[in-house]
Amino acid sequence: MASFWEYANPLKFMRTTDWLLPVVAMAALVVTAIGLIWGFFLTPDDFRQGATVKIVFLHVPAAMMAINAWAMMLVASLFWLIRRHHVSALAAKAAAPVGLVMTLIGLITGAVWGQPMWGTWWAWDPRLTSFLILFLFYLGYIALWAAIEDPDTGADLTAVLCLVGTVFAVLSRYAALFWNQGLHQGASLSVAPGTRMDWAYKAPLYVSMTGFGLIFVALVLAGTRTEIRARRMKALVARERMA
Amino acid sequence: MSALLIRDLRLALRAGGGFGLGLAFFLILAVLVPLGVGPEPDTLSRIAPGILWVGALLACLLSLDRIFALDFEDGSLDLLATAPLPLEAVVSIKALAHWITTGLPLVLLSPVLGLLLFLPAEAYLWLILSLMLGTPALSVIGAFGAALTVGLKRGGLLLSLLVLPLYIPTLIFGAEVVSRGAQGLSVATPLALLAGITAGAVALLPFASALVLRINLR
Amino acid sequence: MMLRIHDLSCARGGLPVLEGVSFTLEPGMAMILRGPNGCGKTTLLRTIAGLQPARAGVIEAPADSIAYSAHADGIKATLSVTENLAFWAAVHGQTGTGDAVAQMNLASLASRQAQNLSAGQKRRLGLARLLVTGRPIWVLDEPTVSLDTDSVVLFAQLVTLHLERGGMALIATHIDLGLPEAQVFDLRPHKARLPEPGAGGFDEAFL
Repeated sequence: MASFWEYANPLKFMRTTDWLLPVVAMAALVVTAIGLIWGFFLTPDDFRQGATVKIVFLHVPAAMMAINAWAMMLVASLFWLIRRHHVSALAAKAAAPVGLVMTLIGLITGAVWGQPMWGTWWAWDPRLTSFLILFLFYLGYIALWAAIEDPDTGADLTAVLCLVGTVFAVLSRYAALFWNQGLHQGASLSVAPGTRMDWAYKAPLYVSMTGFGLIFVALVLAGTRTEIRARRMKALVARERMA
Repeated sequence: MSALLIRDLRLALRAGGGFGLGLAFFLILAVLVPLGVGPEPDTLSRIAPGILWVGALLACLLSLDRIFALDFEDGSLDLLATAPLPLEAVVSIKALAHWITTGLPLVLLSPVLGLLLFLPAEAYLWLILSLMLGTPALSVIGAFGAALTVGLKRGGLLLSLLVLPLYIPTLIFGAEVVSRGAQGLSVATPLALLAGITAGAVALLPFASALVLRINLR
Repeated sequence: MMLRIHDLSCARGGLPVLEGVSFTLEPGMAMILRGPNGCGKTTLLRTIAGLQPARAGVIEAPADSIAYSAHADGIKATLSVTENLAFWAAVHGQTGTGDAVAQMNLASLASRQAQNLSAGQKRRLGLARLLVTGRPIWVLDEPTVSLDTDSVVLFAQLVTLHLERGGMALIATHIDLGLPEAQVFDLRPHKARLPEPGAGGFDEAFL
């Protein structure tokens, strides 16, 4: 079997994603549609929360991908710093705006859900606070990429920022927990005994989550392809100037 | 190494070095807050720990971009990078110089501002102690942010955007020490966590800052 | 003690600019780099000074032997001439700045703040900094910018004296420094060739 690292070759990556991207994008569309339609229309209303509960099918997958996107950026940054494969740096760059939007969706759907449940759009609950802080970290990371002209310097600096930022984001998470014990229910999907969620909800939720994961992969692949092309164009212009 | 510290202190204290700007900012903030929220001692004494910590943090932020930007512009940074001093040491010393000219005066001024904000008497000790423990972390984290943005034309705003989220844990634990102290509760846990963050930042971040500086000098 | 460059290749902004640069400097030798603007003189000097990594090739020099000086001299405006020099001397583990002050004709200006110096005087201060580093290999990027003719002569004397003491100098410059003993190294033949577009290199898409 060919080495995994071969896909870090930009040409090979482009050739592979030529067919892979449409497949993933279609799968994302279908799976997400199934998950959301099942979740919104084919599940019973909750006896306490009514139909409001159904926002969970947007809220939980988005929140999950908000964190996973950062984790993926962390791994890609490490790959770049250690193996110097341009594709991984560009994939990290492409993942950031997707993560940012996922965080925003998580926050907004949370506010819409929280309003009827807790009677407030916003609470300084540790979990909400942590997501707001994560949002700030995404903003900083994207702003740093945008500010640096030289692409390799940008890749290096943002990768280090991602590593250091991860440590401080985790610290902030625990600091927020320490600072205020909040309203938010524990993780919606827990394997602990006494799980609150019924399979009637869990099944479509899992489908939704898979769908959001596929959406993320499709967007990151598309973004990385754009970044590779932009990078290639920059290189061609620079060549032209040198010749 | 002491030569670098002495030079940086001298530069900060001479005309145009910007020494005192942070202090003045801290003072103005402590004056503006009561003007904004009203003069009731109860309200002010309740929010004083938070205001003083946020004020110290912002005052610290104000002078961060000077840590490396001036040395970058006049070529000193290139020369320091080729000098026998390890760049990690250069970063640490410059953060130390920043702390001595910004953090330490803030610590010393804070009790006076505590007075303006009706900080409860029990909290003064904890205010000074928490700032004493926390401001070194602010300088070291700030030096990392300054190193990240050193090559950029208008790095100042970006620097704030990058550094402020990194200040969150220090702020939470620092302000928690003071407000628990004000309520007469035990401060041991937040104080230990604050000290832990400072120790970790002082020990590890200079390596990241030096790495980032080298990248920016390429 | 010598500086040996072998088959060095260096890059600017991710693109190769020079390749196959080889030369050797021995004690008492000066080398002048020539080439049109943008040919990579500064990049080469920064690479040799260790400020940026080489793409390929070997730079052999004893540790802590290279003193680098570029367009900006690292002079602090609010410090006096002596304070500036004393700082750089201390950073390099040297003591005594008197020799450097005398050689660069700065004695009458010693206690003046650097912001009150003329451009040429500042430049002389920057060159005096080279002396206080006590390092044998000077790597100089356009050292005569904003020097008047007299100061250029003074600079040439300084380099000659440095060479006589067994030092070495690698200088990028456009003007004639009046250093007859210096060798000239033309960078034009070493312009890097970019790989053909469409060739199969690993990161070819980015070159």
